[in-house]
Amino acid sequence: MRLTLAALALAGAMALPAGAQTLSMAVGAPVTSLDPHFHQLSPNNAVAGMVFDRLVNTDGQSRMVPGLAESWSVVSPDTWEFRLRRGVKFHNGNDFTAEDVAFTFRRVPNVPNSPSSFAGFVRPIREVTIVDSHTIRLRTDGPYPLLPQDMTNVYILDRETHENAATEDFNAVRAAVGTGPFRVVTHRLGDRIEFERNDAYWGEKPHWARVTYRMIVNDSARTAALLAGDVEFIDQVPTADLARLRGDARVAMSEVTGLRVIYLSLDHPREGASPFVVDNDGRPIERNPLRDVRVRRALSMAIDRNAITERVMEGAATPTAQFFPPGIFSYVPDLPAQRADPEGARRLLAEAGFPNGFRITLHGPNDRYPNDGRIIQAIGQMWTRVGVRTAVEAQPWTTFVSRAGRQEFSAFLIGWGSNPEGSHPLRNLIATFDASRGWGNSNRGRYSNAEVDAMLAEALRTIEDGAREQILIRAQRAALQDVAIIPLHIQTNIWSMRRHLRHDARADESTRAQDIRPR
Amino acid sequence: MTVYLLRRLFQSLLVLVAMSLIVFVGVYAVGDPVEILISPDADQAERARAIVALGLDKPLWQQYLVFVQNALRGDLGRSFVYNEPALQLILQKMPATMELALGATVFAILVGLPLGLYAGLHPDSGGAKAIMAGSILGFSLPTFWVGLMLIMVFAVQLGWLPSTGRGDTLWGWSFLTPNGLSHLVLPSINLALFKISLVIRLTRSGVRETMLMDYVKFARAKGLSRNRVTYVHVFKNILIPVVTVVGLELGSTIAFSVVTESVFAWPGMGKLIIDSINVLDRPVIVAYLMIIVLMFIVINLVVDIMYSVLDPRVRLEGQG
Repeated sequence: MRLTLAALALAGAMALPAGAQTLSMAVGAPVTSLDPHFHQLSPNNAVAGMVFDRLVNTDGQSRMVPGLAESWSVVSPDTWEFRLRRGVKFHNGNDFTAEDVAFTFRRVPNVPNSPSSFAGFVRPIREVTIVDSHTIRLRTDGPYPLLPQDMTNVYILDRETHENAATEDFNAVRAAVGTGPFRVVTHRLGDRIEFERNDAYWGEKPHWARVTYRMIVNDSARTAALLAGDVEFIDQVPTADLARLRGDARVAMSEVTGLRVIYLSLDHPREGASPFVVDNDGRPIERNPLRDVRVRRALSMAIDRNAITERVMEGAATPTAQFFPPGIFSYVPDLPAQRADPEGARRLLAEAGFPNGFRITLHGPNDRYPNDGRIIQAIGQMWTRVGVRTAVEAQPWTTFVSRAGRQEFSAFLIGWGSNPEGSHPLRNLIATFDASRGWGNSNRGRYSNAEVDAMLAEALRTIEDGAREQILIRAQRAALQDVAIIPLHIQTNIWSMRRHLRHDARADESTRAQDIRPR
Repeated sequence: MTVYLLRRLFQSLLVLVAMSLIVFVGVYAVGDPVEILISPDADQAERARAIVALGLDKPLWQQYLVFVQNALRGDLGRSFVYNEPALQLILQKMPATMELALGATVFAILVGLPLGLYAGLHPDSGGAKAIMAGSILGFSLPTFWVGLMLIMVFAVQLGWLPSTGRGDTLWGWSFLTPNGLSHLVLPSINLALFKISLVIRLTRSGVRETMLMDYVKFARAKGLSRNRVTYVHVFKNILIPVVTVVGLELGSTIAFSVVTESVFAWPGMGKLIIDSINVLDRPVIVAYLMIIVLMFIVINLVVDIMYSVLDPRVRLEGQG
């Protein structure tokens, strides 16, 4: 079997004229599975977006666009109707029908051993009704406005092909059959995937007849592979290489402000001493100063976000005071990034009863986000300048995230990649931790604000987009004015390519071959 | 002999058990795999489901017992990340690492032996001093830095060789195709650098020692040609320690080619273990270390037996 595959790959590579319609690209994060329902992970989703389709696809700005559903609407307060595209075929020639959608919803929560399943996106669906071969109705528990948004995460499979397909069958290519613009030719787990164009694709056909999709995790090696011409396109360009690549005549860049916000989370729930806050003599402070909004505001005011984005991030970020960049649904219009104001910060600290400040340890990962370790060092200096003497401790993500999840820290840096819908960050990061509602699961600082919770609940019942957006804007403003978290900046997603290519950058960080074209 | 072998086998088993225990407890202490693998917007119910799905809901000692039970049947568990049997994942990646290690060994011998011989024969010449200084660099320069420099010079600047990755394969081996071979050169050199230095130093000191031996003096007194003295009398005798050390080094190269594999995006076992450690994929980490321990146990056992065969003075019975 392996011999035939290798021989096929060899023959295929030789049969094609070099350059013309072949593309070689490299990504920085390994794709762990070709099963689109196995592991909810951005690199996997990017590849799934090449092979499979969703009912609702997303454009470069993460706005919803028709995918396998041509349109969708609410037919009664608790029921959505999706009208499906006709004439769509899977790679193996099977027809796409409503049966396949119903089958997909059954499979999603039942993928064995999934370390992070997609079940949450289909859980709101109470009942699936197939109206005709290309119309499907989904009933939810009461009005549920986010169903189309949820559908942008669920990749549609074929009932006939995938009835008994296991994750291994996808990885072994035989079950990697979708309706998407590319089909999988070979797959070497964690190393590379070869694609060929699906000439029967229903949408705009990609330019590339053949694509080699490699995974080069080491940042310097990925840049070197681009400069050496081994690959023509890379993602996750390290900020340290930006200046060099921008100055290189052989290379072009593409960039867009992303949806990932980097922020500081603070210890909210402890009324007594916080584990890493002590007074200037090193004794624990009896009441947690971080519960005082003036202290939180002072810590935010002390940070010079422009300095961080310009010097530490080399310009690859935008200072922010909220989750979204302008232009995204539920962006809060009158909430500009906090300007650095050390004087004001000192004044607020004095008002809160800390004229001489206190001592704190700021934690963060050192291998997760671009320049994460250096950002917390910079903030440590800025806080120390206003009297909050800061020790900085950066750790590997594996250790850090477990400890952060157990509320072991007083203040720490972390990031969040949002769906373009205010309820997403609000529900996960800001809402009161509540297992029965499924809220606040990534609210590691355990912020809690009943007013914000109530607004969020109202928004999640409001089907009409305009009205919901207004509620979400109010809720975000309330939480951020209360300094539930300290937002720092929104990352810029950057790709780099050989000069003969151009790329439609995507806010959701996905790296897909159909977004690349010859110049 | 049989008693000795049985005792050794029993000891090896103890080492394996201790190893797996240490890794189990170690990974547990580092962090929670679910926290790392799960999507940040998964809710509490989904989190609980994932913990159960990965078998992490049981107390650690029970998880270990389940692991031992399965291991006895040859099943080292499934990767949390890939959902493939851990053993199979590692074995799939083994040929890539093997050929890299072998390539490095070939380079070490082809480059190290002649240079060491020269340095030993002409110890006071400028060339010999340069070689010895160079071998110090080979020992002390960090592998990842040298790797990046090799890529910058030979791939980016000169464009002679591909920068990263493994080329075309035939029957799972890349050295059988021209394209695969060209991908193999840079990482092999990078991995070989330390060994080249080692071989140079071993050869040089061997040559210098042997040159003073009576049989060499006698051969020269007999009027044998310089080449015959060098290549027959000296060379043959220094080969034994060099071959022993290079052979033993092969084991550690296979086990610890991690850095080279990461820098060159070489899809071998080393890269797999690093990726697995980064996401706390415990079944793969445990399986990998078990395989490596097993490999070292076998190598050491073979070496011990070989010694007793080669040198009758070595008795295995008496050793513990």
